[in-house]
Amino acid sequence: MSIQDILLQQLANGLILGSFYALVALGYTMVYGIIKLLNFAHGDLYMIGSFVGFILLSFLSPFIGNSWAGILSSMVFSMIAVGLLGVLIQRIAYVPMLSAPRLSILITALAVSMVLSNSVMALTDGQYLAFPTDLSFDGVELGNVFITNTQMILVGASLVLMVVLYLFVHKTLYGKAMRAIAIDQDACRLMGINVNKIIALTFFIGTSLAAAAGIMAGTYYGSIHFFMGFVIGLKAFTAAVIGGIGSIPGAMLGGLLLGLLESFGTQIPFIGTEWKDVFSFGILILLLVFKPTGILGKTEIERM
Amino acid sequence: MGNSSNTPPNENNVESIRTGLFDRLQDQKNRLFILLVLAAIATLFPLVTDNYGLEVLTNVWFYVILCLGLNIVVGYAGLLDLGYAAFFAVGAYTTGILTSEFGVNFWLTIPVAILFSACAGCIIGGPTLRLRSDYLAIVTLGFGEIVRIIARNLEITGGASGLIGIERPSIFGFQLTQIIHFYYVFLILAIIAGFVSYRLQHSRMGRAWQYVREDEDAAEAMGINRVAVKLYAYVTGAIFGGVAGCFFAAKMSAISPETFQFQQSVLILLGVVLGGMGKIPGVIIGAFALVLFPEVFRDLGSMRILVFAIVMLIIMLYRPEGIWPAKKT
Amino acid sequence: MALLDVKNLVLSFSGLQVINDLTFSVEDGSIASLIGPNGAGKTSVFNCLTGFYKPTGGDILFDQKKITRKKPHKITQLGMARTFQNLRLFKSMTVLENVMSGMHCRSSAGPVSSILRTNSQQKEEAEITTFCEECLDFVGILDEKDRTASNLSYGHQRRVEWARALATKPKILLLDEPAAGLNYDEKQQLISLIKRIRDELSITILLIEHDMGLVMKVSEKITVIDYGQKIAQGNAEEVQNNPKVIEAYLGKEEEEEEVA
Repeated sequence: MSIQDILLQQLANGLILGSFYALVALGYTMVYGIIKLLNFAHGDLYMIGSFVGFILLSFLSPFIGNSWAGILSSMVFSMIAVGLLGVLIQRIAYVPMLSAPRLSILITALAVSMVLSNSVMALTDGQYLAFPTDLSFDGVELGNVFITNTQMILVGASLVLMVVLYLFVHKTLYGKAMRAIAIDQDACRLMGINVNKIIALTFFIGTSLAAAAGIMAGTYYGSIHFFMGFVIGLKAFTAAVIGGIGSIPGAMLGGLLLGLLESFGTQIPFIGTEWKDVFSFGILILLLVFKPTGILGKTEIERM
Repeated sequence: MGNSSNTPPNENNVESIRTGLFDRLQDQKNRLFILLVLAAIATLFPLVTDNYGLEVLTNVWFYVILCLGLNIVVGYAGLLDLGYAAFFAVGAYTTGILTSEFGVNFWLTIPVAILFSACAGCIIGGPTLRLRSDYLAIVTLGFGEIVRIIARNLEITGGASGLIGIERPSIFGFQLTQIIHFYYVFLILAIIAGFVSYRLQHSRMGRAWQYVREDEDAAEAMGINRVAVKLYAYVTGAIFGGVAGCFFAAKMSAISPETFQFQQSVLILLGVVLGGMGKIPGVIIGAFALVLFPEVFRDLGSMRILVFAIVMLIIMLYRPEGIWPAKKT
Repeated sequence: MALLDVKNLVLSFSGLQVINDLTFSVEDGSIASLIGPNGAGKTSVFNCLTGFYKPTGGDILFDQKKITRKKPHKITQLGMARTFQNLRLFKSMTVLENVMSGMHCRSSAGPVSSILRTNSQQKEEAEITTFCEECLDFVGILDEKDRTASNLSYGHQRRVEWARALATKPKILLLDEPAAGLNYDEKQQLISLIKRIRDELSITILLIEHDMGLVMKVSEKITVIDYGQKIAQGNAEEVQNNPKVIEAYLGKEEEEEEVA
């Protein structure tokens, strides 16, 4: 394979990886933008999304089959179910902690994350589960590079979700309220906006996007595991920071960039696949130290 | 009964018994007496138990050291560190590599490990302690992972299978081989850790940590360099972890990267939070609970950590100050 | 001899011009005030002086040394202390511990000497305690030294702030609305305290204040700002009769007539 072929292949890999990162990063960034909390449990909600999808698909497949119809309908139901779970978590665990010192809410989020991952670990006995899809390996050939239909559909689905989100945030009243709350919560309350409802909605949307990514990952990689949320949580956070935390287009951009960087990075002889995680974390740390606002983020000035 | 509480005599009996007991504990002389009694019990413990019990309690003292170290970072300075296991790994691998590959005497590896842990603390802390607490948490998590992956991938650290055959240390010719030897070693280390923590808490540095934890900007306005103060906490905690790692390597005589996973860092954090962040007796109790709980409920098996996580969640929601009661003023 | 020299200070936040070419100075050993209507930019000036905001332009000289854009803790170490408008005490710590925070930059015991409790460390701790008690005594609340700071009355909490700032052994003390929330008696006590700080401790004072009575009684030089610019400067009498100052506070008479 020539250099071009390798690069093209990695481009394809990078795009799909980037889509997953972007979808999960969106949830992080939305929640951070609105209540300045880094939801540790977010990555685990991605994992839960894939497991709920697994269950749904197992039930639905006798009726709609294991192919795209089954996958997409499971995805929709999973998004709703896990989105509601996200709201539930917010109500039970985060709302009571809003007036507590920062450290407390961070530890609470950590505890929630552990409860989620360990529950699934207990239920699955730590085993990898094969995602019950039945997809063909058909695809398109571009020279020496092979891009499967699966890859294209998943990237397409991610783009659809991102476009829908963008339209929602910029064209609807709810979206406007979300953006307003991110700027000044108290002013919004004074304007009669039901801040709590909008925050819950934000959690719902962010979580459902992560759930969608989870099912896509299950479809793409073929198996799911209770610990898959951990690494993706970190990577998605990195993506959100790259793009500028709190910025929705930033999360999309950051996700794609990170996916591409990682894919191309595996081709760098020194790094390879063993060190790619170190490579990504290294990017995160360098970013936070030198440019914490990321590409599209705004510098926050704290008023004293 | 100088410091009696203000609860009226008809108040719940349990509450007044508890507060009465802790009032007595505030008294310096009483506290010293109780500490001596506990130390005596700990010293005589091996007489009443078998090797398995010794193994468990040695583990307890080991976690006491780690939890006290993390307590300085999280409890005193208020920095959420999710990669504490990295320092523990640095100490363990330093000792492991120096003794196995280079035949260095165990006791000489300790100052080297301290130096390396302190350096790791500076490298990780230096650029990142300026960050907001949420970012710091994730970055320390990332660093913890980086250290683990490095340990897993390098040859000198034995790769994924780790190092084996680490020599057991000897003191003045007497070689430490049995669990009872290590029990006393770790007990002594735990006592030192407690002593050092206590002295630090009640010193200029300890106060500075509290100022920075309570209100960073006000502390800066008072002339306190918050980044330097945080770094001191971070490096001190790192040293605790490093030293614990050295002795861990000597006791286990084999170490692998899997011991230093994120779960480990979280468990140590749990020990700190459970008993009461920032309070030495609380943290010690947290370490006890951390090790003894799974022993008592051994049938839970893989559900052990799940139960812990649920406990952590409940504590954060209903009693974030931990089991140990706060000082009364 | 100007202890504090502010030259052409400019501060803007994403397009909003908060401070606009401000120049003023504070003489060594004087009591000076910075006043102006709400939103004039007074606290922002303090934040620039103490290093919490980075000015976009201009210079600040303290004791002839440039301190523009230095970090807050460095500026405090150089001898500029401040209090906060909305009281930022270390709530869960005792009054004495709060004041001891001021002595942190004037002491040096590190972790090792603290663990070993060396003689010099013990001596230093005793000195810190003694000096902080003196500061508390100076502001009149020594008997509350072991109480938790958040349990004190508002007026006494304010005094803890002042004692804390004094503990940094400053050359100049910046007081941000020290009279806010005080009753008449407490304000009289504040006036005599301000004078005592300058007379007995030789500390220069710069205060931001809304209470005109207090400002006029205590200040030797008053600088008036509005919309981030200096509009007047002088002693109490000069400033009170300055038409620009009256206009800034009361609004133009012509404008009001037009609206009506």
